[in-house]
Amino acid sequence: MSKVRLASVWFSGCSGCHMSFLDLDERLLELASKVDLVYSPIVDIKEYPDDVDVLLVEGAIGNTEQRHLLEEMRQKTKLVVAFGDCAVTGNIPSLRNPIPREELLRAVYGDGDIPGLEEGDVPKMLPQAMPIHTVVKVDRFIPGCPPPADRIWTFLQALLAGRRPELAGADLRFG
Amino acid sequence: MINLRIDDTPVQAEPGQTILVAARGVGIRIPTLCQVDALSPVGACRLCLVEIRNWNGRLVPACATPAQEGLDVVAHSEKLTILRRTILELLFAERNHICAFCVSSGHCELQDLATELGMDHVTFPYRFPFLSVDATHPKFGLDHNRCVLCGRCVRACSEVEGAYTWGFSGRGVATLVEADLGDPWGASKTCTACGKCVQACPVGAMFEKGKATAEQVKRPEILAEVTERRPRV
Repeated sequence: MSKVRLASVWFSGCSGCHMSFLDLDERLLELASKVDLVYSPIVDIKEYPDDVDVLLVEGAIGNTEQRHLLEEMRQKTKLVVAFGDCAVTGNIPSLRNPIPREELLRAVYGDGDIPGLEEGDVPKMLPQAMPIHTVVKVDRFIPGCPPPADRIWTFLQALLAGRRPELAGADLRFG
Repeated sequence: MINLRIDDTPVQAEPGQTILVAARGVGIRIPTLCQVDALSPVGACRLCLVEIRNWNGRLVPACATPAQEGLDVVAHSEKLTILRRTILELLFAERNHICAFCVSSGHCELQDLATELGMDHVTFPYRFPFLSVDATHPKFGLDHNRCVLCGRCVRACSEVEGAYTWGFSGRGVATLVEADLGDPWGASKTCTACGKCVQACPVGAMFEKGKATAEQVKRPEILAEVTERRPRV
């Protein structure tokens, strides 16, 4: 049986979900024998490949580049997973959402050249940081800030056993 | 005694008892949020909706509907779970309920209900309203971002403490809990600083200052402990 092509990406988040993923500890060895990690912040691959089986998305969508990349990834991926509260709800990055974008950027950068206000070297900041399911179709949700390693493992085990992972009970907990 | 059926279980109730109390008597749990023992029911949150088979499937709030002879009540079904989860999603979408940095995370009835009802994400667009935090009171704080407008604080203040400090201003999504006639909490002339509103609050909207998240455990049962000790008139 060919290995599952697993990918992960880090958008507007703190990387805590990826840290929690690494907290799988010795279970990572078992995982490594069953998956190929084809794209991730923890591997050195620059281009998102075709035919990805599962993508774990950490972080909310906060700028145009993230939105574009997520749309491209969706087309190349069978199962897109919102991985952690930022991807599922907007969470901490969405704290800025009640404040108008320009007002917020001017408060931070003053009156000079403001990165992210318009498209430039830095991608344009979106008016609000959004949960990923508002941008693309999302197949599964793993809540948690971060999701505990055991919850991630429950999800991945079902996946590797060829089942559609369904989290339930205490595994559906925000925060 | 009144005889009725809840989820096909025969149940007996005293006259005046609600469907919710009758269900609890036989160990049937119905989700609630705005209901607290000792406070009058208002049926505001709609999470305890149950279906009455012999009233043409009418939906009624279990907390505010008296048990009646011969009622055939459905408390758990796929339809009710979907309805309750939808109500919960609307509550989450209405204000900025961000568990990760909430002082009540881990002791929150809204957070627990999301787990209980299997809510893995919110399908409605979030409103992300701009709301204030009132930190003017020396002992307590009020974060409107977290408020679900259940009115437990308002009822605890009027019905148990008798201070009538809290009330609602505005309508619909613009409704706010406010002290006196819109005064900052710290400037309220009627507040006795008893803290019953804070203990009644199911979420992180009302909190005790100087307490970390792990210590922010609410005790809404304190309201019944107070009223049960009062002489009956």
